[in-house]
Amino acid sequence: MNIALLIILFFLLVSIFLGIRARKGKDMSLEQWTVGGRGFGTIFVFLLMAGELYTTFTFLGGSGWAYGKGAPAFYIIAYGCLAYVLSYWLLPPIWKYAKEKNLISQPDFFVSKYKSPYLGILVSIVGVIALIPYMVTQLKGLGIIVSEASYGQISPNAAVWIGAISVTIYVMISGIHGSAWTAVIKDIMIFVVVAFLGIYLPIHYYGGFQNMFEVINTNKPGFLILPEQGMSISWFISTVILSVLGFYMWPHSFGSAFSAKSEKVFRKNAIIMPLYQLVLLFVFFVGFAAILQVPGLEGAKGDLSLLRLAIQTFDPWIVGVVGAAGLLTAIVPGSMIIMSASTLIAKNIYSVFVPSTTNEQITKLAKYLVPVLTLISVYFTIQGGTAIVSLLLMGYSLVTQLFPSLIFSLFKRNFVTKQGAFIGILTGVAVVAFVTISGSTMATMFPGLPQPIQDLNVGIIALLINTIVMVIVSVVTMKSPVKVKSSSSNEQEGLL
Amino acid sequence: MKITHVLSLVPFIGILGGIFFSNRVTPYVMGMPFILFWFVLWALLTSCIMAIVYKLDIANKEGE
Repeated sequence: MNIALLIILFFLLVSIFLGIRARKGKDMSLEQWTVGGRGFGTIFVFLLMAGELYTTFTFLGGSGWAYGKGAPAFYIIAYGCLAYVLSYWLLPPIWKYAKEKNLISQPDFFVSKYKSPYLGILVSIVGVIALIPYMVTQLKGLGIIVSEASYGQISPNAAVWIGAISVTIYVMISGIHGSAWTAVIKDIMIFVVVAFLGIYLPIHYYGGFQNMFEVINTNKPGFLILPEQGMSISWFISTVILSVLGFYMWPHSFGSAFSAKSEKVFRKNAIIMPLYQLVLLFVFFVGFAAILQVPGLEGAKGDLSLLRLAIQTFDPWIVGVVGAAGLLTAIVPGSMIIMSASTLIAKNIYSVFVPSTTNEQITKLAKYLVPVLTLISVYFTIQGGTAIVSLLLMGYSLVTQLFPSLIFSLFKRNFVTKQGAFIGILTGVAVVAFVTISGSTMATMFPGLPQPIQDLNVGIIALLINTIVMVIVSVVTMKSPVKVKSSSSNEQEGLL
Repeated sequence: MKITHVLSLVPFIGILGGIFFSNRVTPYVMGMPFILFWFVLWALLTSCIMAIVYKLDIANKEGE
């Protein structure tokens, strides 16, 4: 056993310990388990939201994008900042309503606003379909990080099992309290590791930042700006907008908003979070530094750039610390994802079909679903396969489809009916599925249109069709005789 | 539209609108290509703007 491995193991044990200890003195009702009894202050909510933000994607994918794609990677900083501006206005009314009605999950919100448990089932299904592949990415990342940082002593599959078991243990015991406490240690680690690597590596290899960028610019002209075609300016704008809208539509992000103790928490967060985006800057620096130092990592292999460069540069104990940070970036979001998915299934799907279920039974079921869903994710992680890859690509676009009916439900007068919301979401999801599976882009669907339109993110189409269908169906169902039934869905509280 | 709403739109204009002229490598600022510097600058400005919005927003004047 080498020193790197020992360090990774140490941090894993500390986080499991913190995760379990977090339960102390709490009676684990469903409300405590999923939304922390709505008692989290600014710092915990901040850490939870940062916990969702800084996943293995940030760590490996952020540097991988800088390494493989260059300037288009910057879109991540851009949408991060803007998503928090939106959160300032979006989260307080959602939180207020959720508190008033005692909601604990994202589908609860739709059920309550549109008075339709079936809409809740649809929203839950969309959520679970998006969450499982997200969990798979976390586990995959975890496998890569631990096996690289242990110098191959632990196989990726063994690492996946270890990570999955750890997550299961503390999620079942402590729920969101466990995630919040492990997020504390994770964020300190990430910050220290990323800032160190991002500053040290460019100076060590290139003598400074500007020199590094100048060398890259000479070797790869055009790499440091958005290209004329493909990931161009119109790709950038449309992708940033879609990402901003989809940001809080993830069931676990939406749900963690319920954990705040007051709405001010979000407003304060909106001030700090944009600054926190700058952690990504250092991640990018590492990716850029790797371009000429560990060349030849093609495509998805680019995600290895950070670890490969760290291994090439440092002593094993530093590699161990990097590996431990990477491990935590997988298990903290992983725990929240799994907890959300099991709550959705127990509360918003199962108990609708079996109305006699008591709250205690729902809580129990949600907890027992944790190992089940984790096993499913481990299976997909180890098996791989093309289906899961398509699902991964779809995740973000799928949850974004919830945005139109959510935003309308916040207005004083909401003309959208439950039928409109239901069919709109369904159509949007169908379009996303079609586009992803057929591999269509704006360019393949509309080859005759000007370049900037061809470069638009194809997710825009799904969102547009979703909104149009939602409006049409709502107008039709409002005027039809069904009105008596659906009119209750129009009686919305004024929240905006 | 309240002033706080207008202020909240400013980062969108700076980041999404600003990209049309900030998509360039030179001049380097603080060692970064101009486009990267632009986003870093806007992360800082967004934070400042949201702090001003927070101060101006009546909703925050009520107790917790």
